[in-house]
Amino acid sequence: MTIDKGSSPIEFRLDPSSGVPTYLQLVQQVEHALRLGYLEPGDQLPKVRDVVANLTINPNTVLKAYKELETKGLASGRPGQGTFVTATLNQVTLPELSGLRRSMLGWLGSADEAGLDEDGMVALFTSVLRDFFKRREGAAHASAKDSEAEGVA
Amino acid sequence: MNVIETSGLGKRYGKAWALHDCTLTVPEGCLAALVGPNGSGKSTLMNMAVGLTLPTEGTATVLDGQVIGTPVALDDIAFMAQDAPVYKNMSVADMLHLTRNLNRRFDGPFARARLTDLGIPLKKKSGKLSGGQQAQVALTLALARRPRLLILDEPLSALDPLARQDFMATVMTTMADEGTSVLLSSHALADLERVADYLIVLGGGQLRIAGEVEDLLATHRVLTGPAAQADRYASQLSVVQVKRAAAQAHLLVRTSGTDDPVLPGWEAHPVSLEELTLAYLRAPQAEADPKPANTNHSEPTEAAR
Repeated sequence: MTIDKGSSPIEFRLDPSSGVPTYLQLVQQVEHALRLGYLEPGDQLPKVRDVVANLTINPNTVLKAYKELETKGLASGRPGQGTFVTATLNQVTLPELSGLRRSMLGWLGSADEAGLDEDGMVALFTSVLRDFFKRREGAAHASAKDSEAEGVA
Repeated sequence: MNVIETSGLGKRYGKAWALHDCTLTVPEGCLAALVGPNGSGKSTLMNMAVGLTLPTEGTATVLDGQVIGTPVALDDIAFMAQDAPVYKNMSVADMLHLTRNLNRRFDGPFARARLTDLGIPLKKKSGKLSGGQQAQVALTLALARRPRLLILDEPLSALDPLARQDFMATVMTTMADEGTSVLLSSHALADLERVADYLIVLGGGQLRIAGEVEDLLATHRVLTGPAAQADRYASQLSVVQVKRAAAQAHLLVRTSGTDDPVLPGWEAHPVSLEELTLAYLRAPQAEADPKPANTNHSEPTEAAR
């Protein structure tokens, strides 16, 4: 039996050992593709029938994933046609992205020179990332409190 | 709407109950997996749902209230018995001819087109086809009846991994295209994880548990902690299964939700479908619907002993 691959720019694959529920893996792969620019508004997501045939999964699982993407405002279904991307998660342009990539490579180079292995780099990056957002969240919280106080006054 | 509803359903052969006091519902649009060891009553339940076996006790209806075994009910059900039943000495074309004449509804052009797509020669005797091809012929005959409910008894057991995947892909696309509901029995728990969204576990002729896979996974978890506290802790919970070593114990419990607080020193882990099914099959006294946690303080459940 030949399977029509449809016209979606992406194709799903499943990681059986990840422990992440199947529907969530599909959601995450769409989000990932949106972040990296593989998918753009107007693009069609793989047809439910094709996903089901390729991955041998329950159609209700795919429908659940697409519903979740609709709830998140990232996609919407058109009756009789399929599900289409309606938003993007790609906040920066491709040239900007490659610039950021280059500066990160520089950082990785100096980390390597300092003697960090891959796990060490991931651990350091994750820790700095967490700190960064925690501090930013703290700042946002403080300013929200300030404005609240102003409101009272 | 429910495609199968049973109430106190049972079948006795002589003195032995093949299935006893089985009350369950299978909602429409699901793939319901029917699992359990040999002799647990899976085939008996399926045979009763299609009217091949008459119940000894209880009642059952299919497809929103139709009496089982009536022509109206049977028109919308297709049943594929164990081991891909085909007439070995008949050609595939003759099997199509026979099936068309034995059924009130049969989409011949669909069946021919599908078999041609699959590269199955119509002139060949069915017995000369590979196991995977025989299964596909049997499935095609079932699908050509355009059923609303497809009942498959151990369709995968004799198939190699490729044939398994092809077979399940066909079932899944049929669900996507036609909204067909499926009841499928199988031993291969790992194969079911991705395809089943409803689970029915039978053991020793009894219903052990039934429910939507998502709900079952959300309301069961494994608690890991010191063995010394296990008995006392278990007595406060709905325990399905206990595994213990000298120092450490694992309790598979049913909870009202994954957010329940855990005793200090204990960790909660999610369960897989396979783990959950095996736990219900191994714990002989686990109830399909355990009593609320606070009613069995004084006596530990059978499974915990």
